[in-house]
Amino acid sequence: MALRPDLAIIADALPSSARVLDVGCGDGELMVALRGKGVDARGLEIDPANVTAAIARGQSVVQGDANRDLADYPDDAFDYAILSQTLQTTERPDRVVDELLRIAPRAFVSFPNFAHWRIRLALLWGGRMPVTRLLPVAWYETPNIHHVTVSDFRDLVRDRGIRVERVWHLSGDKPASDAAASWRAEHAIFLIARG
Amino acid sequence: MASLLHQIQHQGVTINAPLPLDSGQVLPSVTIAWQSYGTLNADRSNAVLICHALTGDQYVASDHPATGKPGWWARMVGPGKPIDTDRFHVICANVLGSCMGTSGPATPDAATGAPLGMAFPVITITDMVRAQAMLLDHLGISRLHAVVGGSMGGMQTLAWAATYPERLASALVIASAARHSAQNIAFHEVGRQAIMADPDWQDGQYYGSARAPTKGLAVARMAAHITYLSEEGLTEKFGRRLQARDIKSFGFDADFQVESYLRHQGLAFTDRFDANAYLYITRAMDYFDLADPHDGRLAGAFATAKDVRFTLVSFDTDWLYPTSESRRIVQALQSVGAAASFVELSAPFGHDSFLLDVPALDRLVAGALGSGF
Repeated sequence: MALRPDLAIIADALPSSARVLDVGCGDGELMVALRGKGVDARGLEIDPANVTAAIARGQSVVQGDANRDLADYPDDAFDYAILSQTLQTTERPDRVVDELLRIAPRAFVSFPNFAHWRIRLALLWGGRMPVTRLLPVAWYETPNIHHVTVSDFRDLVRDRGIRVERVWHLSGDKPASDAAASWRAEHAIFLIARG
Repeated sequence: MASLLHQIQHQGVTINAPLPLDSGQVLPSVTIAWQSYGTLNADRSNAVLICHALTGDQYVASDHPATGKPGWWARMVGPGKPIDTDRFHVICANVLGSCMGTSGPATPDAATGAPLGMAFPVITITDMVRAQAMLLDHLGISRLHAVVGGSMGGMQTLAWAATYPERLASALVIASAARHSAQNIAFHEVGRQAIMADPDWQDGQYYGSARAPTKGLAVARMAAHITYLSEEGLTEKFGRRLQARDIKSFGFDADFQVESYLRHQGLAFTDRFDANAYLYITRAMDYFDLADPHDGRLAGAFATAKDVRFTLVSFDTDWLYPTSESRRIVQALQSVGAAASFVELSAPFGHDSFLLDVPALDRLVAGALGSGF
């Protein structure tokens, strides 16, 4: 099965033999893909069915909550932390980002861009919280409690003195140009590092 | 009856080497009874050690010689099962202090030939593990693919990782804890007092007499059995239903089904277990605290076990060894950078879930054993 596009980008960008913590690793899809690269990947996942599936696939995954349980990992336990499609679901995204860069000197953070033109249009014309492919659930039951845009995230990391080493923008499943990414990118992947 | 129990012949070996114990005492030699399943491969790399629980035994997947019932983990161990004996050479030894062929309080004194009784030294979980290591030395197995255990078996598995980290590739710890809590100790003390208050206990020297403390042992089992089940499970199974009657007797017969069930569990237990062994093994569990030699820091116990892959499983209805105890172990493992997996499974059966039909557990066990092999 093909890897989700944002995960494929992260898998490709990771150096071999890196020690990696995949926060919100789901059923271990990315971890399995990284096995061939000699990457030492561990996972944290909140859903017990997903954790069971990942362990059954031979992965090292701990059931836990990114809001709370990142504190159990020592400083610099990993080379990279990964937070894909999860930032917008956390209680305090700013603190989670700090934790990622405490556990590892670098982190990949990917999230759906709430400033994509379709969302802007839906709000402008419809006047209702948008329901899109990447944000498919109505406002009252969505796990996405902290919607974030590409520009918001840039502001956050700048305010916290975090370096952005690389950014990938996706539109659909295809790379989008960096020009006008704020409204053209459906999805962004940041590689951030301690400042 | 205890006397019949001790007449059963078990496959075992007597190792004539001293076994130094945590208490400071030394067993001059040790007899270990064990069962094995599947074939050891040519490079001796496919051995899996299963550690049994308090009242378990080495008959993991074969009929019990006293009761004739199927092995206690026959659903998990066998050809094509999660612990696949077509792939793995599975070994299970009766623990030190027990009553199914391994040295314990019923073992005869070398000098007098009379059963040791309470002269048998108090042992610990780590002593049990040392005895298992002696067996593996005898069998020529230097390194295990995995050590697996539920409940007290999980404690032994943790003690294996802490004591012989270079001798195992992975550790699978199910429904267990790295220490006995005050509540755990309290329940065990009720059981021990029930045995020792039975006049037939005779200070532990009942082996030669016609009387054995079966009443006390049965009460100990009844109390313990409650801790193995969930309230939800008990309610579902028995509720307040009456046993073989329509109205209350206004007496002290087993009016309620749950009473009848517990009485049966208690009595049946005395056919297959020795009261003194129950005292010694519960004591070993109460003394268990893996952090104790490391100034209370559990991580200290795992400092040399970084290369062991750990998998921990708890059950949401297990109040004997609750999820918080497994999490505590996971946190210690993470702090030393060991590869750890952990999941809390949902199952209605309380602590006993690890022995029962929980399909997610089967998948986990197979996955935890399969990786890296």
